[in-house]
Amino acid sequence: MNILVCIKQVPDTTEVRINPETNTLIRDGVDSIINPFDTYAIEEAVRIRERVGAGKVTVISMGPPQVESALREALSVGVDEAILLSDRAFAGADTWATSLTLATALKTLEFDLVLCGKQAIDGDTAQVGPGIACHLDLPQVCYVSKVREISKEKAVVERMMEDGTEVVEVQMPAVFTVVKDINEPRLPSLKGKMKAKKAEIKTLSAADIKANVEEIGLKGSPTSVNKIFSPPRRSGGEMLEYETAPEVAKNLVGKLKEMQLF
Amino acid sequence: MSENKLIISKEKCVGCGVCVKTCPFGALQMEARLAVVTDSCTFCGACVDSCKFGAITLQRAEKGAKKDLSQYKGVWVFGEQIDGKIQSVVIELIGKGRELADKLGEPLTVAVLGHNMDDACRELLQYPVDKVIQVDTPELADYASEPYAAVVSDLVEKRKPSIVLAGATSIGRSFLARVAVAVQTGLTADCTGLDITEGRLLLQTRPAFGGNIMASILCQYHRPQMATVRHKVMTEAQKDGGRGGAVEKIGADASLLKSRTKRVDFLKEVGEKINIVEADIIVSGGRGVGRPEGFEMIGKLAKALGGAVGASRAAVDAGWIPYSHQVGQTGKTVKPKLYIACGISGAVQHLVGMNSSDVIVAINKDKDAPIFEVATFGIVGDLFEIIPALIKEIEG
Repeated sequence: MNILVCIKQVPDTTEVRINPETNTLIRDGVDSIINPFDTYAIEEAVRIRERVGAGKVTVISMGPPQVESALREALSVGVDEAILLSDRAFAGADTWATSLTLATALKTLEFDLVLCGKQAIDGDTAQVGPGIACHLDLPQVCYVSKVREISKEKAVVERMMEDGTEVVEVQMPAVFTVVKDINEPRLPSLKGKMKAKKAEIKTLSAADIKANVEEIGLKGSPTSVNKIFSPPRRSGGEMLEYETAPEVAKNLVGKLKEMQLF
Repeated sequence: MSENKLIISKEKCVGCGVCVKTCPFGALQMEARLAVVTDSCTFCGACVDSCKFGAITLQRAEKGAKKDLSQYKGVWVFGEQIDGKIQSVVIELIGKGRELADKLGEPLTVAVLGHNMDDACRELLQYPVDKVIQVDTPELADYASEPYAAVVSDLVEKRKPSIVLAGATSIGRSFLARVAVAVQTGLTADCTGLDITEGRLLLQTRPAFGGNIMASILCQYHRPQMATVRHKVMTEAQKDGGRGGAVEKIGADASLLKSRTKRVDFLKEVGEKINIVEADIIVSGGRGVGRPEGFEMIGKLAKALGGAVGASRAAVDAGWIPYSHQVGQTGKTVKPKLYIACGISGAVQHLVGMNSSDVIVAINKDKDAPIFEVATFGIVGDLFEIIPALIKEIEG
């Protein structure tokens, strides 16, 4: 079974914020990490390969040259090969153009399954996985929390919905996006780290994947960012002082009732 | 002009570096004490506003549209149903959709995909809706990505709405991305604000970078302008007797209904009201709850308030409660009217999932816990004393 995992390198968003006084972005010392949801996709791909006992796991990422470090990290936890899509023409892409670029590259490869994290923590769109599936005319299952059965012909997976879990049978090849519940990613072994260090990472340009430059990057993006601003801040709250628990409970419940919250 | 250009005047730039720090995409660098732009630039204009010296100008390309955009008219809302029941987010979207449609002077249509939905569709006409399109066939009874995407894409291409809105639910987010690709238009995810600009465009506002930054997005040269909208943000429409419109019931061509996925089972989550995204009141427990039994107490408080149970990542990782209850960056984003955080310290990863709640109550032993910074009301104390007292007070 050959599995392709699409990953994204993202800034650790818990550290990115706007300085409200100067309205400037504070990104000093913000680390770049593999999008956390993609680490579950990587782990699941490696587990499926181990379970099936044959095949190859390839990670693929679109981004600037420094994304290489994310790809090496993936190689250290059991991934076989890594591909970097890097080209000026890819820059500034929205989800439409990103999914087309990834789909165009995927077409040049042999695979039975494409895995993605459910969304990236910087954009939080969850649109690239289904976008890839549509560009490639493949079935998709989003928010997969368990792969019950899998073969080259079909898979049975569990998909997390708001009110429960849907069990879905899907014809392969297919695109799955995965949630955190699916597994617990392994840590890299020393051997894995050594292998990752030495591994060769294939870099492909727009010309290499025969992409139409009118349809990718900023040019191929239907949406554009109009403005960026800081969210309104919460104003200061009130600490409730008290002597006994029943007293503070009464005080709080009174306040909440006054606000007609229940 | 065919290309976007960001021009930095060498004469005016003083090399202060403010723009470099402002750029959300890290696309500006300092070289020889002058700002220079790199390939990562998305032409968002944040730097233009930040420069005190007027050194940066942005020239946006006149891209022009491939299609005749004037043909596209009207606002559509996707009438998401589960088990034949129209979801509450749809009523919220009707509220917002009506406002947008009125600003444009165009009709509001709800499109429902399902089976045996006659009554539900008629009921929708009680809301301020001009028309309901009901696509009725057994294959659409349960959600499946391919037929849902194909049917909506086909309708959109034939009828040309200007705006299409769907709830940012697991269904809406899964299939609308396919529609966007198929009809070659833009889709903005998980919007928290929608408005019409002077140029009659849909201005879509959404949080990014875990809610630390807001971005407003336009789709200028493609139609329809599509967005998924976060649940609980827009105000629900009220039944006002409707607009005297009709339900148009149609079938779907067999070629649109092919599906390579099949629902074989559905395991409904058991227990109390668990859909935390829908809940108006959430009582959440964190590390401070200390043990699985502690969540029984949290559950009792939630029940007394008619709310749902949430949890921090720490509590989920400890195995005290299932992942579907997790609030935060790797869990769910919630915006209830009341959020009560019990024994949750308030790591940023948790805060981004709940800090837009209307009222936040924090109960924590540690008076320095960051959760108190976002709390409307804070109580420093032992939750095993406070929560039973709260339950007693509520139940009277």
